[in-house]
Amino acid sequence: MTAITSPALSGRDYSLTGRDAKRAVESGLAAAEWYHTEIPRKQMKELMQRSDQPAIRDTVIWLGALILGGAGGAWFWGTWWCVPFFFVYGTLYGSSTDSRWHECGHGTAFRTQWMNDVVYQIACFMIMRNPVTWRWSHTRHHTDTIIVGRDPEIAVMRPPDLVRLVLNFFGILDAWHAMTDMVRNAAGVISAAEKTFIPEQEQPKAIRAARIWLAIYVATIALAFYLHSWLPLMLVGLPRLYGAWHHVMTGLLQHGGLAENVIDHRLNSRTVYMNPVSRFVYWNMNYHVEHHMFPMVPYHALPKLHELIKHDLPAPTPSILAGYREMVPAFLRQLRNEDYFIKRELPPTAKPYREELHNDNPVAAAAE
Amino acid sequence: MSDWVEACAAGDIDEEDVMRFDHAGRTYAVYRSPDDEYFATDGLCSHEKVHLADGLVMDDIIECPKHNGRFNYKTGDARGAPVCVNLKTYPVKVDGGKVLIQVG
Repeated sequence: MTAITSPALSGRDYSLTGRDAKRAVESGLAAAEWYHTEIPRKQMKELMQRSDQPAIRDTVIWLGALILGGAGGAWFWGTWWCVPFFFVYGTLYGSSTDSRWHECGHGTAFRTQWMNDVVYQIACFMIMRNPVTWRWSHTRHHTDTIIVGRDPEIAVMRPPDLVRLVLNFFGILDAWHAMTDMVRNAAGVISAAEKTFIPEQEQPKAIRAARIWLAIYVATIALAFYLHSWLPLMLVGLPRLYGAWHHVMTGLLQHGGLAENVIDHRLNSRTVYMNPVSRFVYWNMNYHVEHHMFPMVPYHALPKLHELIKHDLPAPTPSILAGYREMVPAFLRQLRNEDYFIKRELPPTAKPYREELHNDNPVAAAAE
Repeated sequence: MSDWVEACAAGDIDEEDVMRFDHAGRTYAVYRSPDDEYFATDGLCSHEKVHLADGLVMDDIIECPKHNGRFNYKTGDARGAPVCVNLKTYPVKVDGGKVLIQVG
């Protein structure tokens, strides 16, 4: 790994309607042709094959644990015994829904499409992501991954706002923005940024979803008042805050501290080896380079894909802790120099790709 | 007047698979269904111009490799976000072991 500074893009404009959005289009970074490791068609077809079985198994475990956690929390409500139950419930509600939303949004978790759609809607509600808005924002994220001014899902913009990052481990700012967006959408307003990636014919669907959600939250709050109890909100809504920690912990590792404005996922995404529990919660999205390079490969086939193409990828980060040991110092350094980033070293067996398009081309390097 | 052009040999495409075919500056996707019928559509996804021949065929669906947009390759119908615009389809026939497409 090498640390890089580049003066090419100081003073970034992450707005989807701003200067860098226009610059990305002009420079060919928008909707570019990205690097892919070559895989024979026969093997790729095998990897892409869909199956209902793994996702049905995982969803039964997920919903079963969610119901047991919630029931235990409610049963022991008012005693300290409710804490471990709500810890499990909250993590499944406020974190594992991030990966369920994601995989079912791609349509790869289940072979049967209606199963993807049902889990997608449930997960979107729990993670507080409008099912229409976020489907389209994620489409853009895959088209223009970490391209400044184009990608609406850049979690850590430079210079990093560390207070915001810490607050989001408790879902505080994310949930606030989700609520304000929901109320705005429910009032029939689609923002200028949303209009850049949601087609006009899809916008009424985003408004309808927001109105349904608003009605559910109003009913939950009314029930809490009626019962004179926080319990309804501990089961609906608040788990997005007290259970957010795991999805933020894993989500920041996806692209944090890595290059912007490159068209090679090996340079702007991070594959991290994780423990089995985190991989269940995260549905194998720790293989993030592989997912971005081949988004049609289902989560359960990503370990196989990783083994097949790892000769062409940077060395995977060996653990979550190792990822933070690499990423946090990079964030701190970006506070002083926002052009700093971690340059991923490709192995000698890897193929290079169109470095002339990389605005983060190294101009000064120092071993880290 | 439309022309029939040879795209490939019938055995070049596996069952439930797709192949790219370029002709006269245009690109097409040629499909062989699970029940051994052949079909053809425009070769690029109507969403972001990605080659559908790199995608996955499941029954009568072709899934785009970039954003997982789905089309019915027999009719060209877009099957929901992120694809909104249907694919153009082309008549196909198999003659003497060759797959022919009526282009133009």
